[in-house]
Amino acid sequence: MKRILSMLSLSAAMAAHLMGQAATPAPPTTAALEAGIKNAQLSADNAWMLVSCALVLMMTGPGLALFYGGLVRRKNVLGTMMQSFILMAIGTVLWALIGYSLSFGEGSPFLGDLRYLFLDKVGADPNPTYAATIPHQTFMLFQMMFAIITPALITGAFAERMKFSAMVLFTILWSLIVYYPMAHMVWGNNGLLNAFLGGKIPCLDFAGGTVVHITSGVSALVCAIVMGKRKGYPNEPMKPHSLVLSFIGACLLWVGWFGFNAGSALAAGGLATSAFTATHFGAAAAACGWLLAEWMQHGKPSVLGGISGAVAGLVAITPASGFVKPMPALIIGFIAGVFCYFMVVKVKNMLGYDDSLDAFGVHGAGGTLGAILTGVFATSEINPAFKDASGKVLPVGLLEGNGGQVVNQIIGVGISWVLAIVATFIILKVVDAVVGLRVSPEEETMGLDLSQHGEEGYSLES
Amino acid sequence: MKKIEAVIQPFKLEDVKEALKAIGIDGMTVTEVRGHGRQKGHKEVYRGQEYQVDLLPKVKVEMVVASARAEEVISAVSAAAKTGKIGDGKIFVYDVADAIRIRNDERGETAL
Repeated sequence: MKRILSMLSLSAAMAAHLMGQAATPAPPTTAALEAGIKNAQLSADNAWMLVSCALVLMMTGPGLALFYGGLVRRKNVLGTMMQSFILMAIGTVLWALIGYSLSFGEGSPFLGDLRYLFLDKVGADPNPTYAATIPHQTFMLFQMMFAIITPALITGAFAERMKFSAMVLFTILWSLIVYYPMAHMVWGNNGLLNAFLGGKIPCLDFAGGTVVHITSGVSALVCAIVMGKRKGYPNEPMKPHSLVLSFIGACLLWVGWFGFNAGSALAAGGLATSAFTATHFGAAAAACGWLLAEWMQHGKPSVLGGISGAVAGLVAITPASGFVKPMPALIIGFIAGVFCYFMVVKVKNMLGYDDSLDAFGVHGAGGTLGAILTGVFATSEINPAFKDASGKVLPVGLLEGNGGQVVNQIIGVGISWVLAIVATFIILKVVDAVVGLRVSPEEETMGLDLSQHGEEGYSLES
Repeated sequence: MKKIEAVIQPFKLEDVKEALKAIGIDGMTVTEVRGHGRQKGHKEVYRGQEYQVDLLPKVKVEMVVASARAEEVISAVSAAAKTGKIGDGKIFVYDVADAIRIRNDERGETAL
């Protein structure tokens, strides 16, 4: 009875409140409504983009750190994780001081200028050139996470043998000479390869096939060749010390990749959903592809094969994710799974270089494949990237009738390869002259954990 | 006194312990070890890199008993650890010169 009474009085109060509201007229002005809508869209897009920033950071730590950490021998687990972690620190500082400006300042077609030095003018107001519905600072944060993970991917190639000091110096120079210019060329205003902001050679790269995966993967190959093999490779057993860690890492990478690719829509709308779908489908199909190839070749489908395939698919779908429909995403993923399997298992062993954790076989090969297939499968239905002067939507990819796009993609791939090879080679020589690239043979036997950091990942005595 | 050292399949450890308990032997030292005799190892493949793993996980049970009881213990361990397949392990028997209980310096068989 008491409850009914209180409910009655509540509804009476609500009715009075509603009538009171209806009684106060003052209709909002159109301008106020527009401002309200704009503000609501900014809040919605910003919410998704901040989540995406966090997801992409999670790919480096703990995602990549666990994935790589599990693949090395137990004496190198901390050293390997530290190589990812230190980039979360140094990569951030470098980006804040100068990296963002060199990547996204207008500058020349090849490199940004210093207009955003020390993040000057990068605040809460959107920068409409890049993303009109999120704060400029959110855009800066999102791009920063990419600048962190890209050099971290390379560390798989020189795992278990590089000096920590050399690794730090290498990644700083590499960010300045390879990553910032490449990011500017593909995504920066006025960049040479930018398909949306007036590039001379419009190369489609939604989330970093050229900028992230080709640059890191190809540089990884150069590192593996210049630094030489690990002591004892390939005669001594160098089994992954914990595939359990690698498994968790790979699954975190898969989840983080939704931020990486769907976040690259820079808004929370339909394009983000489309990229999310393509990303997930690419990973799934590639896991199937790698496992199938392995099962047929070796008689057993391995867990390491499954997770490697998923990562290969995520790499290959990255440039295409914002341009392709779900079925082409499955096709790109499946091809990537089989292709990267053969690169890692057959080609590497045939050529004999020691790309310890297959940064090239997965990221270099998968990124190249994905960048080219983007030119094949991209469609204006998903992303009307090209329009003529009257605003009419033009075909985007080869299957839509724009065969020239494949050529543009190949030029983009070529530029990334050349820049990565030449610059990485020079940087390695400089670093070798300044601090020396490799740890001593004794330190290599001891492991990076003890020799570089003075600690052990697993202490059985305590 | 005899030292009896049995290298057995890890999953047979519980059976062996039960069998020893049944005949009243309760002192033993157990170690996880790796090794192989005639049993072949297995192949592991990581991203196409093949590794022949020939040291397999085994369990080593060591105990020192009065010489008179040695045969009884050996047959108990052997019966409990047997599957009849390759890889069941081996039992080694040694003569022991002396034994000392650290707590009260008892020596010989009384220290067992």
